[in-house]
Amino acid sequence: MPEPPLPDAVIARLQFRCEEPDLAACGHLLGPELGRGGMGVVYRAHDPELGRDVALKVVPVADADRPDALERLRREARTLARLEHPGIVPVHTVGVLPDGRIFYTMRLVQGERLDRFAAAGPDRPLPEMLRLFVRVCETVAFAHAAGVVHRDLKPANLMVGAFGDVLVLDWGLAHSAGDGISPRRQGGTRGFMAPEQESGDAGEIEPRTDVFALGAVLRFLAGCGGRPTPNALRSIIARATATVPASRYAAVSDLAADVLRFLDGERVTAHRESIWERLTRLIRRHRVLLGLVLAYLVMRAVLFFFLPG
Amino acid sequence: MNKIVYGLLVGAVLGAFDGLTAYFTPAVRPFLLGIVIGSTFKGMIAGLAAGVFARKVNSVPAGIAFGFVVGLILAYAVAAMPSATGEHYYWQIMLPGSIVGAIVGYAAQKHIPAVR
Repeated sequence: MPEPPLPDAVIARLQFRCEEPDLAACGHLLGPELGRGGMGVVYRAHDPELGRDVALKVVPVADADRPDALERLRREARTLARLEHPGIVPVHTVGVLPDGRIFYTMRLVQGERLDRFAAAGPDRPLPEMLRLFVRVCETVAFAHAAGVVHRDLKPANLMVGAFGDVLVLDWGLAHSAGDGISPRRQGGTRGFMAPEQESGDAGEIEPRTDVFALGAVLRFLAGCGGRPTPNALRSIIARATATVPASRYAAVSDLAADVLRFLDGERVTAHRESIWERLTRLIRRHRVLLGLVLAYLVMRAVLFFFLPG
Repeated sequence: MNKIVYGLLVGAVLGAFDGLTAYFTPAVRPFLLGIVIGSTFKGMIAGLAAGVFARKVNSVPAGIAFGFVVGLILAYAVAAMPSATGEHYYWQIMLPGSIVGAIVGYAAQKHIPAVR
């Protein structure tokens, strides 16, 4: 007589138990699962020796026998270890679980993903969102200076901390110059992926690939809350997300500089403004001074006509 | 150029310009040179005060308010002195003087000294 099939709930529970990493060897205590992606599962873990909580990323069980998946996580940990920056989560340890899966621990980040942060406050002022964006650019520019291209920048991979700090996460697809590995591997997120990355053109993966993704992130932030996007900002987005890499900003720092110019009411390099646009921008930028000068002139005119002395 | 020197220069220029507007008051036109010199000096004092304030407090609204009050006080001191004809021109001196002070206060706050 055949045995009755196991209920779905039992199967799910068994799968969950199989996924759970055995951390006995590394001395950490496993906590709840925090997130799951194509390249790894992230858990909260506790380090009793140092008395702190950490985040632990491990290769999923399904990929445990895939050497490329294991190597990818190891490489991600190495990339993160190379990039010491306030906008990049520091790695604590890398190790191998008893079942052969690679894992690494890193600082536990308290915060909210940028897409959820934006969705939770759609009426947040545009300048506030743009300042967050500039901080993301600074982090990515730092990585580029170290020869690392992220290749998967999107709002879901950006974290806004409790104190307004911004972190760039998930460097699993990152390409490091000189690591001897072809960047041809497919990956990235449609809508944020540069055309050359989508087509798998290994020869063209360079900082401009991230410039495209950042342009798409900027488009996402500018469009939050259904507000109209100013022309100058639209031109910045268009230049950053140009199909031909050579037409984009040459460096992320150039993109950030243009966004800062926009924030300061200065002329942005990506936008050829009309006389009217220039006039309104200058009036908006110097409105306090113009108001004071106007008040002075009105005062003088009133005195001239009503108190001529 | 630091904020104090910048405040002094802006105060001097705006003070001189403010003094020149006395040309449109026929009664005091003969004393224009003295008025311009006095107004320039008044502007420089306001600019000096606004520059010192801007080094201590980094706030555009506070700088404008400070410049306004300093300009008003200095203008009152000038207006309180009777003119050669024995008349006082409180409105003609105090109203523009306070706004010039506010502009100087704004300029001192907005000026970013060059980093060496």
